[in-house]
Amino acid sequence: MSATLLFVQTLNGLQLGVLLFLIAAGLTLVFGVMDFINLAHGVQYMLGAYLAVMFYALTGSFVLALVLALIAALAFGLFLEFVVFRHLYGRDHLDHVIATFGIIMFLNQAVKYLWGAAPLSLPVPEALSGSVQLMPGLLYPVWRLVIIGSGLGVALLLYILVSRSRIGMLVRAGSTHAPIVSALGVDIRRLFTIVFGFGAMLAGFAGIMIAPILSVEPGMGDSILILAFVVIVIGGIGSIRGAFIAALLIGLVDTLGRSFAVDILRTFMTSSTARTVGPALASMLIYVLMALVLYFRPAGLFPAKGR
Amino acid sequence: MADVAADRVPVVKPAGAWRGYALPLIIFVLFALIPFVGQFTAESYLLSLVTRVMIFSIAALSLDLLVGYGALVSFGHAAFMGIGAYAVGILASHGFGDALVSLPVALAASALFAWLTGIVCLRTRGVYFIMITLAFGQMAFFTASSLAPYGGDDGLTLQERSTIAGLDLLSSDRALYYVTLLCLIAVYVFCRSLVTSRFGRVFRGARENATRMTTLGYDVYRYQLVAYVIAGMIAGLSGFLLANATNFVAPAYMSWQRSGELLIMIILGGIGSLNGAIVGTAAFLLLEEWLAGFTEHWKMIFGPFLVLVVVFVPGGLLGISRWVMRRLRGG
Repeated sequence: MSATLLFVQTLNGLQLGVLLFLIAAGLTLVFGVMDFINLAHGVQYMLGAYLAVMFYALTGSFVLALVLALIAALAFGLFLEFVVFRHLYGRDHLDHVIATFGIIMFLNQAVKYLWGAAPLSLPVPEALSGSVQLMPGLLYPVWRLVIIGSGLGVALLLYILVSRSRIGMLVRAGSTHAPIVSALGVDIRRLFTIVFGFGAMLAGFAGIMIAPILSVEPGMGDSILILAFVVIVIGGIGSIRGAFIAALLIGLVDTLGRSFAVDILRTFMTSSTARTVGPALASMLIYVLMALVLYFRPAGLFPAKGR
Repeated sequence: MADVAADRVPVVKPAGAWRGYALPLIIFVLFALIPFVGQFTAESYLLSLVTRVMIFSIAALSLDLLVGYGALVSFGHAAFMGIGAYAVGILASHGFGDALVSLPVALAASALFAWLTGIVCLRTRGVYFIMITLAFGQMAFFTASSLAPYGGDDGLTLQERSTIAGLDLLSSDRALYYVTLLCLIAVYVFCRSLVTSRFGRVFRGARENATRMTTLGYDVYRYQLVAYVIAGMIAGLSGFLLANATNFVAPAYMSWQRSGELLIMIILGGIGSLNGAIVGTAAFLLLEEWLAGFTEHWKMIFGPFLVLVVVFVPGGLLGISRWVMRRLRGG
């Protein structure tokens, strides 16, 4: 376990963390404001990646593909809200689960139908394709740094938007006291539509940014969705700050656990046992973390005030 | 989320209402007759399909006990099925292929897992309960994936079905079919008497208002823990049957998608109704099978179908039939 490797894996963990934050932010706001469980949030991430691949093939420019895919992701989010979700506010959570599960089924299959089941890839933009030397003997891909940077940038933007702007004030108020905000004359449905579209776009953005690193394939949103739920539950539902901290925590724990679990276990058990137990332990580490957090703080680390 | 489904659970009908017995009776008679119909068509296909429906119905019944009657939405229910199945697989690979050994072990293992995790899960409520049950389900899933001696990710193929007291009683598909049907009926009757018993009334009361039940002097936590263990055991039984029906055990049995499907089965049928659990499971699996026969892209039809059911018929499939009955009677 060298210091260089630790540093690289910490950066990778950070990169997974900001990615999770981009997805969890929309999820937690939608859940906080409208009490709506949106399992289909993960397919927005998948769709972002596919749209970027498609627009890149059409335009040949990464920047154009990014912009067009963001617009399309936003439009699609609003479309889903208009066609399906609008009819389900105020219904119980299980209705949300089944309807959004239906949407996942449809979209995963539709993507397979339109683009085929084989994984696609999106090239890294040329100017950002190399590696930089962070310290002697350590080269790190520029694109991963771009992901970290843009994720942190979005987090900052979101923080300013939520804590400083009028609409952010309404969202904060809505996430804890929706009926009162509504009674004060705010159209909470329209507010939700905005929040929802914005959240869908953020998830799409995460998908676009990760597409050059991961393979773009049907179902890629499903596992990340579960991780995003773990994030918002650990962070405290409805809390952006909680989502941010929990996302980085989960990203780091997951990545570092996967790289070092075997080495750490080897210090107090035989090497072959460590090789068997390590990977399993690494994959369940975040769930153990979640169970522990919920056991000691049943409302998450940073519960939104007033809930 | 404490109020999940509270507003849509039908009031339990008085015990004398004939309609309460008609539907389950029709369902079970239909199940009993299927093998006779099967003689004239592709028998082994039909038997294996309906056996599967009945096995998942058992799991769905146990889940409905928690979700419909206790508002405890478990998102890790497939883990219990998996544990039941792995008990069969692991024991068989060590030469213990007898149901007299593997069934008690399957039940005990799933009960133990339910008890240990239930102690933790039941400290939380609502969405947090969903997530923490998911967490334990995932832990079980990853544990199964890492069982290298028992196939790891690829799973474990069983050489033959469980024997009973050394006799090869389950080897024919038909025998397994009827054993499964008997298990289903037994589980149904058990669940039904459970929810109408004093225990069940306290449990249901805690769904409506846990504070009130506590004030009345009931230890709600203990009632819910017992119900959780019972539900886990029943799901373990379905896992035992599943391993025998497929001759195969794999971590996929425990995946969160499987838990999600179980939830969808009971919501589709109409939550908080034991009949609904069976109807929903049958509808889900048969529709899946039927649509898959048309096109490989059947999920593009099935997905929107689920959305339409939720948007237009909040009570699930039993809700439709109730609506139709009302219309007919109202003229």
